[in-house]
Amino acid sequence: MIRSDVLKELMPIISDQLVVCNIGLPSQELHLMDDQPSNFYMLGTMGLSSSIGLGLALAQKEKVISIDGDGSVLTNFGTLPTIANNVADNFILLIIDNGSYGSTGDQPTYAGKKTSLTAVAKACGCENVIECSAEETAKVVQEALDGDKMTIIVSKCESGNIKVPVITMDPVVIRDRFMKTVAERNA
Amino acid sequence: MSVNDKIVADLVANDVNFVTTVPCKQLAGVIDKIEESDDIYHIPANKEDEGMGLCAGAYMGGKRPAIIMQNTAIGVTVNTLVTLTQYYRMPLPMLISYRGELGEPVACQVEMAVHTKALLAQLNIPTYHFHHEDDVQELDKILKYTFMCNKPVAILTDASFWKGY
Repeated sequence: MIRSDVLKELMPIISDQLVVCNIGLPSQELHLMDDQPSNFYMLGTMGLSSSIGLGLALAQKEKVISIDGDGSVLTNFGTLPTIANNVADNFILLIIDNGSYGSTGDQPTYAGKKTSLTAVAKACGCENVIECSAEETAKVVQEALDGDKMTIIVSKCESGNIKVPVITMDPVVIRDRFMKTVAERNA
Repeated sequence: MSVNDKIVADLVANDVNFVTTVPCKQLAGVIDKIEESDDIYHIPANKEDEGMGLCAGAYMGGKRPAIIMQNTAIGVTVNTLVTLTQYYRMPLPMLISYRGELGEPVACQVEMAVHTKALLAQLNIPTYHFHHEDDVQELDKILKYTFMCNKPVAILTDASFWKGY
């Protein structure tokens, strides 16, 4: 299974959840498969999906899923200690780890070589870190949503991409409808 | 009231309740006061662009965020300021220690100081410079302005303002 297969299986589970989605193909795939006002698509700024998601989770009550990638987490490694030390039990960080920079041509990342993001997250102090296969991911995410504990999920999948169009929605529209959804659900 | 108390009081009066910090020697006192405040969630960041991501999320969750950092961070955060904070039109007061100005003992700090205002101008970021202690009286209005216009706004605070390095 490649990332888009993992996302496809996640759709029925995360469709109604607040989702912060990583730049590039992950956001484009999510947007193509199931555009929702509860999705915050990152159009730029590689690496910050987990930071935006944590900030959002700390600021309000609803559950938040950040969909991130191994390359993005490597870009913003400082996020893992911050997450570990600022526990938000409504926060789920889903790292789709395909061992490559998918959006830029599948160049290999160190996470696909000797570096284990699961081990790093644990070493940073994250207490509830689950590594799973691509096939298990939907079940693991559902269990994390059913629980009330901050969870870091590292989903190991294959490298590869499908063809998807870029997102042409205005960033302020994405942000505005997302904020309205967040506010409604916290009302 | 000390300058540090005044800054925190103005943040609280403007409902700024989520503050991320990356330390600087000049900012140590105000960071301590932020940490002590019951009205502010203080979340230290490991890098300033990470901090801006936290602030973006907190803002979308209904908080009023701010970042406290050194001017060297302007070099770190250009992409984040442009493609996140400005692109999505989010407010972000940035209280910045303006290292490398008069009174600076560390020569290397001057290298970034000479670019600081030019970079902020290039990014169309409204910029205020606190040089005298009384300049802090403008902070309240700057905070209101920031959340009125939904932009990142820079407040440069130099060594003269802080009464030394």
